[in-house]
Amino acid sequence: MSLTLLNVIVAVVIAIAFAAANAAYLVWAERRGAARIQRRPGPNINGPFGLLQPPLDGIKLMTKQLMIPGGADKILFMVAPVLAMAPAIMSFVTIPFSKGIAAHNMEIGVLMIFAFASMGAMAILFAGWGSRNKYSVMASVRAVSQNVSYEIPMLITAITVVMVNGSMDLKAISLAQAGGFWHWNIFPSLHSPLMPISFIIFFICSLAETNRAPFDLGEAESELVAGFHTEYGSMGFGLFFMGEYANIVIGASLTTILFLGGWDCPFGMFPGVWWFLLKIYLLIATFIWIRWTFPRTTIYGLLNLSWKILIPISLFNLLLTAGLLKVF
Amino acid sequence: MSAPIQLRPDETFILNVGPQHPATHGVLRVKMEMDGEYIVKAETVLGYVHRMHEKMGENRTYAQYLPNLSRLDYLGALGYTHGHVLAIERAAGIEVPERAEYIRAITVELNRVASHLFWFGAFVMDLGGFSPLMYAIQDREHILDMLEAVTGARLTYCYYRFGGLYNDVDDDFIEAAKRFIPRMRKSLKKYAALVTGNIIFQKRLEGIAPVSAEMCRKYGATGPVARGSGINFDVRKNEPYSVYPEFDFDVPVYHECDSMARYKVRMDEMEQSLRIIEQGLEKLPSGPIMTEKKPKNIKLPVGDFYQAVETARGSFGIRIVSDGDKNAYRLKLRSPTYSNMHLFDEACEGMLIMDALAFMGSLDLVIPEMDR
Repeated sequence: MSLTLLNVIVAVVIAIAFAAANAAYLVWAERRGAARIQRRPGPNINGPFGLLQPPLDGIKLMTKQLMIPGGADKILFMVAPVLAMAPAIMSFVTIPFSKGIAAHNMEIGVLMIFAFASMGAMAILFAGWGSRNKYSVMASVRAVSQNVSYEIPMLITAITVVMVNGSMDLKAISLAQAGGFWHWNIFPSLHSPLMPISFIIFFICSLAETNRAPFDLGEAESELVAGFHTEYGSMGFGLFFMGEYANIVIGASLTTILFLGGWDCPFGMFPGVWWFLLKIYLLIATFIWIRWTFPRTTIYGLLNLSWKILIPISLFNLLLTAGLLKVF
Repeated sequence: MSAPIQLRPDETFILNVGPQHPATHGVLRVKMEMDGEYIVKAETVLGYVHRMHEKMGENRTYAQYLPNLSRLDYLGALGYTHGHVLAIERAAGIEVPERAEYIRAITVELNRVASHLFWFGAFVMDLGGFSPLMYAIQDREHILDMLEAVTGARLTYCYYRFGGLYNDVDDDFIEAAKRFIPRMRKSLKKYAALVTGNIIFQKRLEGIAPVSAEMCRKYGATGPVARGSGINFDVRKNEPYSVYPEFDFDVPVYHECDSMARYKVRMDEMEQSLRIIEQGLEKLPSGPIMTEKKPKNIKLPVGDFYQAVETARGSFGIRIVSDGDKNAYRLKLRSPTYSNMHLFDEACEGMLIMDALAFMGSLDLVIPEMDR
């Protein structure tokens, strides 16, 4: 028992470290990327290329006083940031970075990640309600309706992939796509000719799920000040911030595994963890690029996009795939 | 599109937007009665940066009052000082050399482009797109550098004098301005591709926040807000002043009345301003920049004087009632944003808060100018 327990603990610690390091350095990458897009230097003072900025920001946030606004629901207010960060870390446990690198491989990996991802909406709701701030409540209601309506097409698309690959195990899904890019799920196959569209839907949904621009309605800063985390300072804010980036990594990882072949090399040579990392960081770079290019959508535009366009298309796709699987 | 609003007065709440809120770009407060995300009623509360500029005008001599005008609208300050010097010159009968008038027109138009550029960036930022702001202020930087070289200030200019200018422009300025025009035209094309053509941007503005021409007349709205509602009124054309009759330029008018129309008017105005600058640089006569015959202490004759100019935000009027003394008996500033702002209360009823704040951005508010 002890050896397996030790294994799990080591794996979980590595997962937490990976999540935290990614969250911290993606902030830096985002700021540098935004600066590059906007033709300004960005953080470049602390350390080479400003690489010391994230730890220093962390120290600053940790040393600040944790303020709880008067009249706030203390328990919800304190729980919300933890609830934003913890599920993201939990999701890392089951992600296979390579054939042998996974904290704990599960047969229902896809289901587990989606289960934890939907807890993020709860964190936002708690934060908005617990802050006792009208802007926060409005923002959290927005964010929750957004998360709920984007989880549906995302899940339907994931089910399509699961059906094609015949497994909910993330490792098995990756292995099924091995052997060059023509085996990847992103390209149309006999069973699922609409896979590229599925990929686009999944990508849009993972943008919306992480509350990133152009779907950042939960923290629409020019309307709702800072949205659901208006009242948060110190590490409470820090956790929300890190949770957002951890969720981005999860979203990119899931997209990579479901559609881009996981750790598979595009040319069928030297598959390994580096390919996985390269793919997720390319996806994250796209996330950053989109954020600094597009203006924000409206709440009704956002919900219309999900309910009137994405859900019907993904449902049709699911039906088509099911039919083709039956026929061939 | 937004669903029709159902009014339930017992379930509304009050939301205070401002005085410190990112969307108001200053210390403006809007008291909104909200039904969920819909606005039932809005009430703008002004006066947080009231500095009594009109009262100061009664206690200072006309020349001492000159710098005050550039503290009204810190984005398009030259237009306001232009109004003041024109009013005094007309009342006191001071002749202005032609070169000075041309330089005034060139610098005012440069300032208008700078102001619109900043508005463009801030407006897109209101809609959640941050990057265009950085591009816009980079272009604006060229204008500020040029104006700094001739006026000595970057924002609160005090460049015009009664009867002329403080400083002549040099060849460097003319060269820089000539280089700037094609560069700016290229930028405008880039903005059209990056922002105007963006589907999210169009969806957020088209058909949103209609302001009818009737409503503009009711509240006295002028400038791009009125021109976006189909009112063809531009003080430079309708009540020509300075050397504007010499220039060939169009007044962009759009009839859609929505936020997009107001956006397009301003984007087109930048192009028209570039045309004016181009022609001004071509026609720029040589000669003195300051009149010879000018009394040391300016005293206006007894009477009531009014001068309107077209600033970046609309028609700015200055009314001076003189009792023959060296300072005004009564001075009244008609600031365009003050009138434009008051549309907001009526127009935003029943709107979603995010559309209302986009609408507020399209009005191009500068709060110190409104509160004076």
